[in-house]
Amino acid sequence: MSQENLKKTPLCAACEAAGGKMVDFHGWLLPVQFESIIAEHKAVREGAGMFDVSHMGQVFVEGPDAWKFLQYVNTNNIKNTPGTGTYSHITDEQGHIIDDAISFCLTPEKFLVVVNAACIDTDMAWFNKHAAAFNVKITDDSARWGMIALQGPQALDHAAKLIDGVKDMARFTIKEITLYGAHGYVTRTGYTGEDGVEIMASPEAIVNVWDALLASGVKPCGLGARDVLRLEAGYLLNGTDADGRQTPYEAGCGWVVKLAKEDFIGKAALEAQKAAGLKRRLTGFVLTGAGVPRSGCKVFKNGAEAGVLTSGTYSPLFKGIAVGYADTDLQEGEEVEIEVHGRRIPAKKVKTPFYKNRV
Amino acid sequence: MHSAENSKYAKTHEWAHMEGDTATVGISDHAQQEIGDIVFIDLPKVGQQVTAGQNCCVIESVKSASEIYAPVSGEVVEVNEALKTEPGLVNQEPHGKGWLFKIKSTAPAEYESLMDLSAYKESIK
Repeated sequence: MSQENLKKTPLCAACEAAGGKMVDFHGWLLPVQFESIIAEHKAVREGAGMFDVSHMGQVFVEGPDAWKFLQYVNTNNIKNTPGTGTYSHITDEQGHIIDDAISFCLTPEKFLVVVNAACIDTDMAWFNKHAAAFNVKITDDSARWGMIALQGPQALDHAAKLIDGVKDMARFTIKEITLYGAHGYVTRTGYTGEDGVEIMASPEAIVNVWDALLASGVKPCGLGARDVLRLEAGYLLNGTDADGRQTPYEAGCGWVVKLAKEDFIGKAALEAQKAAGLKRRLTGFVLTGAGVPRSGCKVFKNGAEAGVLTSGTYSPLFKGIAVGYADTDLQEGEEVEIEVHGRRIPAKKVKTPFYKNRV
Repeated sequence: MHSAENSKYAKTHEWAHMEGDTATVGISDHAQQEIGDIVFIDLPKVGQQVTAGQNCCVIESVKSASEIYAPVSGEVVEVNEALKTEPGLVNQEPHGKGWLFKIKSTAPAEYESLMDLSAYKESIK
């Protein structure tokens, strides 16, 4: 697809001006890197980096049944105290992951759900299909919002220059703010394993935020660094680590399933799977030999296939790292081989996250 | 000694510099920029027979794996051992210390059919 046909975020021109190498990401024109993925990774782990995440979706769920509705479509217990946010999976009747999203409670009758860019249409169709029994209004407001993820140990210092009181926010909370005269939100969240915030504002105001952060010394970072950072931090990439055929249990996210809560979509299937046990589960591997594992590479134990990778990369901190669906009988530290370009490279099973962060 | 100017180029972005019957092989500056931070190189083995136009080496960057095609046919007689500990040399000096391997050529006509630098530069415009 030529770049003219791709959707552009409000920060597209700013990313290009900063030297971004623009690529097609699920139909969006976004920077895969600026000068170097390794330099951008380092900035986020040691200083501060920012990502254009304007492609992500903002869905508002409003009305007397807003919370009840979100409880029904989510596997996790959604917090309903204003200012709080909850990470959860949205599953179908078979318990298969449709999307992972964070639901932020603005008021007991108004929630902001931040969803994956590639899932906006699917999520909206799913929500609308199940909304009939609830007194709710669901709005896809994605086009009206630009969004920046500002991440790193120094992220809050930079954010504090623009947003009063941001350092007092607890992890996973949201605050309404005014930025450059526009209404916006800041959340203390991210996808890198570092402290930081995500800032949502109008398409015009978000450009001002980008420019101010750039002037403040924040390094622009692309999708390439983001993928390494999230994999190191053990975060699931929906669409890649889950393709609509896995449950939260299989994806290693059993903690987002709250079987004790009232009925929710997928509950019966998830209860049954929990009782029956799993054959394969998303599992972390570190190469002990030289090479870079990638999605699709097979895992072997004593010569027999024991799994397939869904994500793999070169980590500046840990060298070859990967996750994939592998037999649940693999033990921690167990030696396996991963086949990369026809060569079987020694590796071992490890606990995720690879990177144990301070957040 | 090889340089960008005295090397010839394959359309798949490898360069070759022939001295006697031995071609030193690397990737172009344009190619290293496209690949990005190089973190691992799966070099061919010394003694391995390679065929012009066929994959014989893999360069891994953070983001992707790139296959490297032999620009000429022959036997691999040397590989750049320095790349095993410092693969980033290919980013820093693609036409210098970042060479990949040497092939003892068996078909001199293959080398002659490669592009010179100006034709290569034209091809990537």
